[in-house]
Amino acid sequence: MQAQTAFESSAASGGSATGLAVRGLALERGGRALFTGLSFSVAPGNGLVLRGANGSGKTSLLRILAGLTRADAGEVVWNGKAWRGGGGDQRAGGLYIGHANALKDELTAAENLAEALAFDGLKIDDEVQELALEQMGLRSRRQVPARRLSQGQKRRIGLARLSLSAKPLWLLDEPTNALDTEGVAIFTRLVQQHLADGGVTCIATHVPLDLSAGELNLGEAP
Amino acid sequence: MSDVLIGAVHAPERGAWLALRRDLHLALRTRGEVLQVLVFFVIVVSLFPLAIGPESALLKRIAPGVVWVAALLSVLLTLPRLFAQDFADGTLEQLATSPYPLIGIATGKIGAHWLTSGLPLTLLSPLLGLQFGLDGRELAVMAAGLMLGTPVLSMLGAIGAALTLGVRGGAMLMALLVLPLYVPVLIFGAGAVEASAAGIDVAANLSLLGAALLLGLLAAPFAAATAIRIALD
Repeated sequence: MQAQTAFESSAASGGSATGLAVRGLALERGGRALFTGLSFSVAPGNGLVLRGANGSGKTSLLRILAGLTRADAGEVVWNGKAWRGGGGDQRAGGLYIGHANALKDELTAAENLAEALAFDGLKIDDEVQELALEQMGLRSRRQVPARRLSQGQKRRIGLARLSLSAKPLWLLDEPTNALDTEGVAIFTRLVQQHLADGGVTCIATHVPLDLSAGELNLGEAP
Repeated sequence: MSDVLIGAVHAPERGAWLALRRDLHLALRTRGEVLQVLVFFVIVVSLFPLAIGPESALLKRIAPGVVWVAALLSVLLTLPRLFAQDFADGTLEQLATSPYPLIGIATGKIGAHWLTSGLPLTLLSPLLGLQFGLDGRELAVMAAGLMLGTPVLSMLGAIGAALTLGVRGGAMLMALLVLPLYVPVLIFGAGAVEASAAGIDVAANLSLLGAALLLGLLAAPFAAATAIRIALD
């Protein structure tokens, strides 16, 4: 199977060394090629929305970009530095938010956020963290253990983390899952701000998003 | 936006400290689990005098072995909480994509595991040894052996726990994988107390446990981190 997917993000400057680029990426799962010869680039300040049927490899692609999964062939280039993925390559680069919320039921919303930020290598004042949770509509839920939060509220803790993140590359897997319309609006604003700051965002999603971002369709599941 | 963060790897010892602090914080919130393991340890050890009867000579002879086997089983019970919960709730993905090297984070988690399992068991062991009529010197040797040996149990256990991540029926498989690796620790640990009872120098046994501890410190975090990467791939 040779699903050649060439893609150039809307404002990608040809041959530019900055931003994210993927060259000839291939990944096989369970004896089936999810994608082969996948190439695209995203310049700073641009977003990329990954679409495709369930099982078409959106999550796998994001995990390769995050350095969690190793591609079978090809390379990922960030600001001129290339890697294959896996083995902790480029671990400092991407902020990856997967399906799981990575929250501890025993810790409160505020504590969960503080832990996530600490492991992001950030030192952020308590007041600033409080404000971020407040902006996500979690003001009254700050001191509530995560197990008592709704799915959407748990997701919003992740949004608070995004809003304080300093990482230039965001890799988001179904970020709007369980979010209400207000939550989606907050999320969209965060991404717009990130892009305006010159960041890069890759989002795998099935819902329409109000973003001026390029789209990459991975098509049907193999 | 700056690209300073890309490729920048933060200090592993800071990652270890963060992981240690976080896991201790979590253990404090779930104190019951830590206590349950201690109670399990006490009960298993206490079953032997009940089963064998008040034969003080025999009890004294089997005491080191009993305490050590109970310690092995207790530590084994706590291993699933080392990585499996973090794997299930997505935390491990976050740790693996954090700017702190995973090897440092694994070290911190192993340290927290020992502080909440091996260390309390060690502190409790002299009390249990008294049940079996061990004398002061033997109690001290047993506690010293556990102090050196239980960190090795945590480290070997971490490798087993990481290798069986995401495997169905992983807990049983992990026990089968880890228990044979525990055998040398058991032999030297229980052997130290027996040597002490026989009036032989215990230095050889304790030195070997110490050597295992150093070797584990070098190898275990690396092996566990590598196994976690493979599980996440």
